[in-house]
Amino acid sequence: MENSALRQQIEAIREEIKANSEKLDSSKLVYELRKSFLDNKSGKISALMKEMKNIAAEDRAEYGKNVNELKTWALEQFDELDRKMKEKELKARYESEKQDVTMPAKMRYQGNLHPVTQMRETLIDIFAGMGFEIYEGTEIENDYYNFTALNTPKDHPARDMQDTFYLSPEFLLRTQTSSGQIHVMESKKPPIKILSPGKVFRSDDDATHSPMFSQMEGLVVDKNITLCDLKGALETFAQKIFGEGTTTRLRPSYFPFTEPSVEVDCSCFACGGKGCNLCKGTGWIEVLGAGVVNKKVLENCGIDSEEYSGFAFGIGIERATMLKYGINNIKLLYESDLDVLKQIDHYE
Amino acid sequence: MLVPLSWLKDFVDIDLEPKELEKKLFDCGFEVEECWEVGKDISNVVVGQVETCEPIPDTHLHVCTVNAGEHGTFQVCCGADNVQAGGKYPLALVGATVIETERDHVTVIGVATIKKGKLRGYDSEGMLCSGVELGVSEDMYPGAGYNGLLVFPEDTEVGADVKPILGLDDWIFDVSITANRPDCQSIYGLAREVAAALDKPLKEIDLSYTETDVENAGFSVTVEDPDLCPRYIGHYVYDVKLSESPLWMKRRLAMVGNNSINNIVDITNYIMRELGQPMHAFDGNYLEGNKIVVRRAKNGEKIVTLDENEFELTSDNLVICDGVKPVALAGIMGGLNSEIRDTTTTVTFEAAKFMRDNIRKSSRALGQSSDSSAAFAKGVYEYTTVIAMKRALHLIEQLGAGKVSRTHVDINTGNSLEKKEMKASIKKVNGVLGIEVPESEIKRILTNLNFEPVINGDELTIKIPAYREDMEDYPDIAEELIRMYGYDHVKPTFLKNACVTMGGRNLQQKTELRIKRALCSQGAYECMHYSFFSPSDLDLLGFEEDALERKAIKILNPINEDLSIMRTTLAAQMIHAIARNQKKGTLEGRLFELGNRFIPKSLPLTDYPDEKATLCIGIFGEGEDIFTLKGLAENVADALHISFKYEQGTKTFLHPYRTAKILCEGQEVGYLGQITYEIQDETDMRIPAYICEIDLSSLSQYYGRTPNFEPLSRFAIVKRDLALIMDKTVTCGEVEDAIYGSCKYVTDVKLFDVYEGLPIPPTKKSMAFTITFTPKEEELTDEMINGFVDKMLRKLSFTMGIEIRS
Repeated sequence: MENSALRQQIEAIREEIKANSEKLDSSKLVYELRKSFLDNKSGKISALMKEMKNIAAEDRAEYGKNVNELKTWALEQFDELDRKMKEKELKARYESEKQDVTMPAKMRYQGNLHPVTQMRETLIDIFAGMGFEIYEGTEIENDYYNFTALNTPKDHPARDMQDTFYLSPEFLLRTQTSSGQIHVMESKKPPIKILSPGKVFRSDDDATHSPMFSQMEGLVVDKNITLCDLKGALETFAQKIFGEGTTTRLRPSYFPFTEPSVEVDCSCFACGGKGCNLCKGTGWIEVLGAGVVNKKVLENCGIDSEEYSGFAFGIGIERATMLKYGINNIKLLYESDLDVLKQIDHYE
Repeated sequence: MLVPLSWLKDFVDIDLEPKELEKKLFDCGFEVEECWEVGKDISNVVVGQVETCEPIPDTHLHVCTVNAGEHGTFQVCCGADNVQAGGKYPLALVGATVIETERDHVTVIGVATIKKGKLRGYDSEGMLCSGVELGVSEDMYPGAGYNGLLVFPEDTEVGADVKPILGLDDWIFDVSITANRPDCQSIYGLAREVAAALDKPLKEIDLSYTETDVENAGFSVTVEDPDLCPRYIGHYVYDVKLSESPLWMKRRLAMVGNNSINNIVDITNYIMRELGQPMHAFDGNYLEGNKIVVRRAKNGEKIVTLDENEFELTSDNLVICDGVKPVALAGIMGGLNSEIRDTTTTVTFEAAKFMRDNIRKSSRALGQSSDSSAAFAKGVYEYTTVIAMKRALHLIEQLGAGKVSRTHVDINTGNSLEKKEMKASIKKVNGVLGIEVPESEIKRILTNLNFEPVINGDELTIKIPAYREDMEDYPDIAEELIRMYGYDHVKPTFLKNACVTMGGRNLQQKTELRIKRALCSQGAYECMHYSFFSPSDLDLLGFEEDALERKAIKILNPINEDLSIMRTTLAAQMIHAIARNQKKGTLEGRLFELGNRFIPKSLPLTDYPDEKATLCIGIFGEGEDIFTLKGLAENVADALHISFKYEQGTKTFLHPYRTAKILCEGQEVGYLGQITYEIQDETDMRIPAYICEIDLSSLSQYYGRTPNFEPLSRFAIVKRDLALIMDKTVTCGEVEDAIYGSCKYVTDVKLFDVYEGLPIPPTKKSMAFTITFTPKEEELTDEMINGFVDKMLRKLSFTMGIEIRS
């Protein structure tokens, strides 16, 4: 082929590509067009490349240079066209996919643990961090473990403090998780730090009393444990649950299995101790009962009460939950009302 | 226990404001539930003298001029029938507060503030008051019970505040006494503590009286059962003049809640409150044989008590008898036959100690109780029997209610009422507290509490008064010290001497929490139901007569029938919970509970029953069905790294064709299904609900399983889809099992389509599965897979008549 004929042909191809390019309106057509010029088998520029072998040796370099220029130019053209088309198409696609982001989310909400479980697990985490193991006793207990071993023999007036459900003369529904103390101390020697959460039962049924509720008993037995340690451990607990600024107050009380026995009050977290409805104007909220483990209880379990001492405490988990969330009727916790359950989510 | 401040002041000089005293009591272990001024609702009421009193025509009213001394003279209209010129009455000034009553002038409705008013055109500035309007009963002031004006004596000072006159300025403390301190169940007992807390002396109680020479010849007391009655003191009083008690005594009894009866009965009640010793007075004329015998009742013996109830007794009950018959239920209530009555001229007083346990048991068994039995059940010290009798005789004299004979019988089993000595190491006492109480404080506190401490180096010796039976060991001394020294001296230390220990949950606790969290992540909410439920729930769920669920443990003393048996399934309460939610309009939800079922080894219980940890899931709402429920069961299996199998099952409370047994390694561990439409109707559910129960106790053997890490295969996993045609009766699970069983490389079989209808024959269905082949040591080629599939199809065809859909 003559170089002049070639130049004409190249010019024609350029014109054809230019002309066609203006008509194109999709990347698919760009692709088709590119194919019609650059496809190895049928492309018009490819055909020119294939001509190379028929060109006289002296013209071949010139020919090759011209065709390559054309090819490079065409590729640039098509790439540019393709980029433009795709940009346009994407823009159109985005526009067509416009969505109202204020429409409802699609999701399945998480459920949640029961409010009492949430409190229970939080308490477990706090005391586990202090080295307390978790021991769960049985809900059905015998008289010995629930009362007698806890220094409350039959017909002791302290039994009147708790109305007990009996299942037989010997077996009953435990009235306190303190029964767990005995099982642990019988099977384990000091040092002992246990936490015994669980359901307990008393024959009481009104707005503030439920025949079933949950307690968490704590017990420490080691050398030289004092009332000051009790206060230290429980103040830490109170601060974790009710806030860093919480302080505690001990006041005398009575439980057969501790001596001395105390009630532990927390400074009111609602008013900071100034006095409000929650604390009935006193600035203090009664949270738990505690005391130094009665020597007789240690001795009942075969622990040398001269060498070891300890403290024990019992927290009402429902009470702590109700205080924390301002729930005023304990029954709400057992009614499985989803409108209630969905509201309680302790951040822990 | 109700404690009037004035009564307490008989024994201690109290110079504190009532609120300060409340704090002192609280700090040393006596919680004051409430304390109030007797006349807290009454203010600005003074003595007024009516100077003129003119009837208002055509009414029952009078218009009066009332002189209120320094407060002025007021015109007051009055409707009472006993108003008259010259009379002195309580006048509520304008702005005063008084008790408001209904028109009957008797029924109390609240507190009213007196305002200027106009009645029938007459101005009225104030109100003349009745006893009721001032909250005063006849026992508090004579004449106060009259439905008209309360009348003051002529010598009453005009203009004076009525509150001191009527006893309304006194304060009452409602003190709760802990079970270890029965010695404080009386005014005198509490006064001892107050004296110690205030560093004041306890005043002596007047026990003086004069015995005459008169004797009740032949009178005898026999205690046949000293184990139940270690002390019995009887004293004979003659020339009894039965009358009203004096105002001071009636007023005190009224403040602690006792109605005044007559001087003799009032004395026993007064002593009960003052000293905590229940006393009884027998009419001497009705003691046949002139004797008292204390003995166990004969089986079948009967007594009619003061409140006219008849009881049939057993030998567990202690009775006081005369020569012939029971005259009192010991420590609980006197008999009607010997009660004090108008004709009483001689009285035999009883002050005894009856054993706590026996009185408690009798009182419970007979369903009869009284202040006396309550006191005995808490514990009455023998010590008080002696001073109570003396005090009673003192009051007889003081009130002129009779003469004290010299017939005094004291049956004593010989218990020492002397102080007991106890020695303790001060170091150990302080060791309990974790602080050092200064020696001077130890001395002061223990002296105040009558322990007569002697300190010799580290050795502390105290003498324990007979009424302090609670003092047993050195921790008791520690408690006495700290409650008086002040609990604010206890400074927090953080287990400074304790060993470091490993804390935390055990495997079961961790696993249960893991299961709960897995379910929460699927939108389920945990609930908590009682461990007991109703026998009617067993019927609701339709358990067969011999079903395990019916072998429930019964509570001997349930609150009511609906909470009377220990649960053997969690399903019933879950069904009720779903129904409650649906009834209030919540029509979608997922609930679960993890709790115990109670399976007795024998009934009645002779051993601990099995407490089986059980999971119950209940779901309802659009999009829920047994397969979404099954998904939750699978979440549980997944959390435990175990696999469940499901087979068609039956349950009396579940849909006959939508119930599955859940199996784990061949063992049945639970069920799931749709609640029957019958129960849905019965419980007023609006939409279907689905329930699943899994016995976690049978899965605990798998707790702690962790999957092994498998290195990723170098070879490609191959998937093949197969559409199969089979009888409609063939289940998906059976096909899956057969596919798994046919080739060891099959690691997953997933149903993706079910089709019935043309061109498939009417008795058949098509199920399409994606089967995953996972290579092990070598690549799985197409030929190998084809071979596996061919073998699989031959087996399906041969054993189950399943063909490939062409």
